[in-house]
Amino acid sequence: MTTHPLEVIGIAKRFGALTALADVNLHVGRGEVLGLIGDNGAGKSTLIKILCGFHRPDAGTILVDGSEVTLKSVDHARSLGIDTVYQDLALVNELSVYHNMFLNREIVRWPLLSNRAMRRRAEEHLKDMGVNLPDVTVEVAKLSGGQRQAIAVARSVYSDAKVLLLDEPLAAMGAKEGTMILDLIRDLKRRGNVSVIIIAHNYAQVLDVCDRVNLLQHGRITFDKRATETSLEELTDLVVAEYRRRGAD
Amino acid sequence: MGKALRTFTDGFLRRREASVLLVALGLMVYFRAASPVFLTRENLINIAQATAPTAIVAVGIVLLLVSGEIDLSVGIVAAFAPFLLHFAIDFYGVPVLLAFPLALLIAAAIGLLNGLIVTKLHVASFVTTLGTFFAVQGLLLITSHAYPVPIPEEMRGRFQTWIGAGPWASITWALIIVAIFHIVLTRMRWGLHTISVGGNPVGATEAGIRASRIKIGNFMITSALGGLVGIMEAARINTIDPNIGGGTTLTFYAISAAVIGGTALAGGSGTIVGALLGALVLAELQNGFNLIGYSANTIYLILGLAILVSMIANQYLSRLRRAGRT
Repeated sequence: MTTHPLEVIGIAKRFGALTALADVNLHVGRGEVLGLIGDNGAGKSTLIKILCGFHRPDAGTILVDGSEVTLKSVDHARSLGIDTVYQDLALVNELSVYHNMFLNREIVRWPLLSNRAMRRRAEEHLKDMGVNLPDVTVEVAKLSGGQRQAIAVARSVYSDAKVLLLDEPLAAMGAKEGTMILDLIRDLKRRGNVSVIIIAHNYAQVLDVCDRVNLLQHGRITFDKRATETSLEELTDLVVAEYRRRGAD
Repeated sequence: MGKALRTFTDGFLRRREASVLLVALGLMVYFRAASPVFLTRENLINIAQATAPTAIVAVGIVLLLVSGEIDLSVGIVAAFAPFLLHFAIDFYGVPVLLAFPLALLIAAAIGLLNGLIVTKLHVASFVTTLGTFFAVQGLLLITSHAYPVPIPEEMRGRFQTWIGAGPWASITWALIIVAIFHIVLTRMRWGLHTISVGGNPVGATEAGIRASRIKIGNFMITSALGGLVGIMEAARINTIDPNIGGGTTLTFYAISAAVIGGTALAGGSGTIVGALLGALVLAELQNGFNLIGYSANTIYLILGLAILVSMIANQYLSRLRRAGRT
């Protein structure tokens, strides 16, 4: 049996009387991009919060590289290589791009920060990832939403993340900006050492960038196909059928 | 050549400290013209001795403001610290060189208390430090019986001169402290994390920065600096006075200096060099108008207007800076 960078078996989570997740089985392969879709309230956010160590599941097993773990906190999950990228929340507007890239992982030549080294490495790394910025010394406040998102992703990759969780990375973003992020994800895929789980509403974009698509319904994964084996029509039909069923209830 | 000069002036004007430096120099020119005494050695000593206490406390205030907090109790800690020194030396026979760090340590402990209440019990720092202000004031008046005392005999001599009585002693300390904490804020991890915690508390915590530790540390630094200023001033005026302006005046001057120097109350940005220049501007205004012959009452009015004008200008300038020309 092959081991996956991240796999969950039988995950359940209840909040009082509400069952957010009933029985979730899901995995992401090495270097794979998994698209997680589902209606509002299907439990996507709860699932992501469990995967990043924020919530503890009531039942089920989490496997990182094949071995069972209990994620104690977001920090703990991060130390295991599972990193979440939140749009905007992650960066400090008042700091430069390179200080943000190295936030809390600064290069220090005691007692001073090695600004030059951090600047050079940030430049190299961003260029390497295909993120074009005029100047890494500029304050993050002066950048666009897409550029900020790209920096946040680049930072996670730089910190040796093995699994990246992207929650709605394209929300509130223009077409050009969205393309930039999609390019970044494609580039990660090409490198093949970082796995990505991406939550998105735009199915066309999901199919465009993902290797595999999972649909979360009523707290269960009800659909799991390779992106090449499904289509925009099929995904749309699935969700529309779900609407109809709910209407009939 | 012209281009190089323009780049230089452009770079200079974009620095936050530029406007307040220009104001400080402008005031110097104005008061020199108005009074020939202004730039004499004796008066420069006066200005230096008025600048130093404000500047030193303002260093702590800047760190706190940048990390998104404030301390209203620092002035009363300054009034309390020399009494601690007096109690330790005169009542318990502790040698000066031990009593001095002990007094600073107790001052820092008050900062620790402030920090713990703010970060662990989630009480706003404005309210917390208002509470500790009155509590420490009560403690001070009870233990001192509200009477001034002469400084301890053991403190006299070399220690007194070095710590504050020498004409340039206090400003020398101020410059050293400003230099150290300027580096801390701009070139060290502590400063970077202080900015992060004030600029984006959620993001900083997400990145694994322990916000409480940073804030508590900055409260402790501020209180310790307040304690140092109190002891310096006692050495300078030869008396330990519980009713000294320290209580509120020092705090308000320090906050004014920080704000005039270009530190925002909103957190995330600030400058320690700016606060030193802010303290200099305040000292110049006070000293200069005094020399010209305005009464102390008029000076308060002018001071208030100066703070308002500089803050309005600061708002306007930072909007300009944000708008463009990166």
